[in-house]
Amino acid sequence: METVVTLTLNGEMVSARADQTLLDVIREQKIDLPTLCHMQGLSERGGCRLCVVEVQGAPRPMAACVTPVTEGMVVRTHTPELEHQRRLVVELLLAERNHVCAVCVVNGHCDLQWAAAKLGVASVRYEYLHPDLTMDASHARFVLDHNRCILCTRCVRVCDEVEGAHTWDIAGRGIKTRVITDLSRPWGDSPSCTSCGKCVQVCPTGALFEKGATVAEMTKERDFVGWIIRGRTKREWTW
Amino acid sequence: MNRIELQAIADKEIERQQELKCRVLCCASTACLSSGGQEVRKALQDELKAAGLTKDVQVVATGCKGLCSRGPVVEVTGPAQERVLYANVTAEAAQQIVRQHLVGGQPVNDYRLDADSPFFTKQVRVVLSNSGIVDPERIEDYIARQGYAALGHALREMTPEEVCLAIRRSGLRGRGGAGYATGLKWDLVRKADGRDKYVIANGDEGDPGAYMDRTLMESDPHRVLEGMALAGYAVGAEQGFLYVRGEYPLAVKRLERAIKAAERQGVLGSRIFDSNFNFRVDIRIGAGAFVCGEETALMSSIMGRRGEPRPRPPYPAQSGLWNSPTLINNVETFGNIAPIILNGPEWYAAMGTEKSKGTKIFALTGNVNNTGLIEVPMGITLREIVFEIGGGIPDGRTFKAAQTGGPSGGCIPAEYLDTPVDYESLTALGSMMGSGGLIVMDDQTSMVDVAKFYMEFCMDESCGKCVPCRVGTAQMHRLLSRLIAGEASAADLATLEELCRMVKALSLCGLGQSAPNPILSTLKYFRAEYEARLKSGAAHGAPSQEAA
Amino acid sequence: MSVNAPPRPKPETEHPSGDPRFKLIDRTLKRLQHRQDSLIEVLHTAQEAFGYLDDDVLIYAAQQLKLPLSWVYGVATFYHFFSLKPGGEHTCIVCLGTACYVKKSGEILAALEKEFGIKPGQTTADKKLSLAQARCVGSCGLAPVVVIDGGVHGREMANETVARVRAALAHVAAPAAGEPAA
Repeated sequence: METVVTLTLNGEMVSARADQTLLDVIREQKIDLPTLCHMQGLSERGGCRLCVVEVQGAPRPMAACVTPVTEGMVVRTHTPELEHQRRLVVELLLAERNHVCAVCVVNGHCDLQWAAAKLGVASVRYEYLHPDLTMDASHARFVLDHNRCILCTRCVRVCDEVEGAHTWDIAGRGIKTRVITDLSRPWGDSPSCTSCGKCVQVCPTGALFEKGATVAEMTKERDFVGWIIRGRTKREWTW
Repeated sequence: MNRIELQAIADKEIERQQELKCRVLCCASTACLSSGGQEVRKALQDELKAAGLTKDVQVVATGCKGLCSRGPVVEVTGPAQERVLYANVTAEAAQQIVRQHLVGGQPVNDYRLDADSPFFTKQVRVVLSNSGIVDPERIEDYIARQGYAALGHALREMTPEEVCLAIRRSGLRGRGGAGYATGLKWDLVRKADGRDKYVIANGDEGDPGAYMDRTLMESDPHRVLEGMALAGYAVGAEQGFLYVRGEYPLAVKRLERAIKAAERQGVLGSRIFDSNFNFRVDIRIGAGAFVCGEETALMSSIMGRRGEPRPRPPYPAQSGLWNSPTLINNVETFGNIAPIILNGPEWYAAMGTEKSKGTKIFALTGNVNNTGLIEVPMGITLREIVFEIGGGIPDGRTFKAAQTGGPSGGCIPAEYLDTPVDYESLTALGSMMGSGGLIVMDDQTSMVDVAKFYMEFCMDESCGKCVPCRVGTAQMHRLLSRLIAGEASAADLATLEELCRMVKALSLCGLGQSAPNPILSTLKYFRAEYEARLKSGAAHGAPSQEAA
Repeated sequence: MSVNAPPRPKPETEHPSGDPRFKLIDRTLKRLQHRQDSLIEVLHTAQEAFGYLDDDVLIYAAQQLKLPLSWVYGVATFYHFFSLKPGGEHTCIVCLGTACYVKKSGEILAALEKEFGIKPGQTTADKKLSLAQARCVGSCGLAPVVVIDGGVHGREMANETVARVRAALAHVAAPAAGEPAA
């Protein structure tokens, strides 16, 4: 389906394929829009709400990652109101769990930290919820720290959609939601985990990291994951 | 089954009922059963046996008559008999009714209910027209009251397009809360491409303080099934799902029986009324999640998954269950279909206001004398509902606010009591029609406490998928708790308001988008109560729930 | 059943323990043709048969429906109806729906908490009583409402409910379907 549509993006006319999402087009236009749950090649979740944009005629902001482009759409991505609301979302995330950048393995390489910096979040106006959360270091190579998880479910999706193991899922609901492996048992005992490490690499924060990494040492290797995902979705491998 | 056979069943049942001297209708809905309805029915039967009247008098376990606060309710009716209603009936009272009224011909005035009171006369029963009159476990009783006649008529005389048109012309709007035009929705699904299509009846009534759907399913299950079958014919679906809340075991039992009976009679299943139309209904039982009332979450739950909503578009009409076009309507909406087909859209459109046609069922509860289930024409004022039907506020208290729309709605203060009840007016007041919960609050109620109550509900019921709802509801709850504890500053109140607006704008689904409504509407009308709770605030305004 | 190392899912025809309650699950599985989307129905049956869902049951459901373990666990913990822990012999549910709330059902709950020393969602140490709160049991006309061992009681007062629960505890429980698996 190669139908082309035209839309107005921040006052500029741009054309796009009809099967693209708004976020695809925004990224193509090199417009910087923060995202946390989105990951190229994985199914979309539409959960972090950072990529919300204003679409003329819509009653409320739309998440660009899950909004298909339509002909004649008029979109604005960076109104003061949107920027303000994005800041509030990041502040909510920072207050939800126990994020302490100074002692985090991904300090300096963290998507949440970047989003906060880019949006100019200087302080958090909400009370920290300080949930009592654990770490799971039972896996031979990796560690899960619930204190830093933002429930973007990239790990769940990469494990299901790319690795095909579906070791991860989410349990509970609302503010009590947690990521789990199998029947919420120690990761190291997981009968389904292949220890491929993709979940660790796609994790936007320090919730999943390699054992042995110390503060600010852990960088995430998105290249190989991106390579696999691209190869699969575009069927680049033809042997 | 064809239409002549259907008529024969109806005639036979009517004849049977005419031959009886009278029928004693006992409410067997959850509310009356829990206040002793079962014992009353047994006492009636035993006493009738003792009096040798079992041949002339039939005791019927019916659905709800509406006046739940005065249950168990019993009605005596017959061909040559004045209709007499009894309330608060006990086993002893039942014996007295048999002896004095059924044998002696003298109604028992001690328990008698005035059938001409505004509670009854102000109501217009369309959806509930059979409720409290038919035995929900006997399909013959339903057929005798023109049951399945609409389906038979539509299958022979109308094209699917004409059925959609009739619903459109009736002006019926979705009774689940949002009020989308039902006929338009049907037309969208009808025109959608897809080999398989589905019809879903949403009976996941989650609003605390609302039990319209429960009552309809318990009292007149065939009405819902007939509406679904008509919808299936209109949109081209052969499979329907009835999603019933897990907390409603009696409704599930009666629906299961009703489906079996309807299949036996050939009004559901294959080749209905000897046409080429097949329609099957399966029940799916909810497992305790308010968010499953949201249509995409409900579909996810029917498919056995976590009940998380997904972004729309695509709308269910294009891509719903198993990616097929899916029609999803509330149970009460389906309850309106058969009467519209039978009596014509013009008859229906004559009721209600310009934009909101027909009637609406409300569960009238809280600080009001007559609590129960009522069906009123759209456009009736809140004052009529609370003070005439509801009989006013008990204990000499005064009216403070009416809450409509449950956790998604808002509170309407006394100065708007004369507002006509319809979709637009309630939305304009910052509340919403919702599914039909109507909770009356007296002057002792603290609105800040009420707002916190709803926020706790939303926090517990948030699915956790999107950040504004998952964390935002928890933070709003936190802020309200601090306010109630007297620890909040004016800046905290500003933070709360700002957060409310963000959560409303950015949440993924209707639950999150409407979660701030109880706060926003009480802030709008009762701001002084919030300010009185501030750290340095003066101690006036309403007392808190605890202090009262 | 070892908690730490659940076996890798293998397709099996029957549960090895021979526990007849698994037969009930099998019946539901068969009725719904082992379709993966019948997971919630299967969990409903299991919850009813066992009273709660332990690892054994969840693993069995996952194997039979060929679903990942974490998927099944995620669904089971999403819905309030499913419980992963055994409940007490008796249950008392206090409705906290709006109508009940306005009629002060919170006071009833507080009285029960004080009397039996447990919070909603907890079971007494002697496994006799589980206390729960409900979002709305749909009997709003009777507010405030409590449900004791399945029986609905309306227009309750705190002291009345406490007495009612004590009376229920004094009776021997009906043969519990919800006894944990051996």
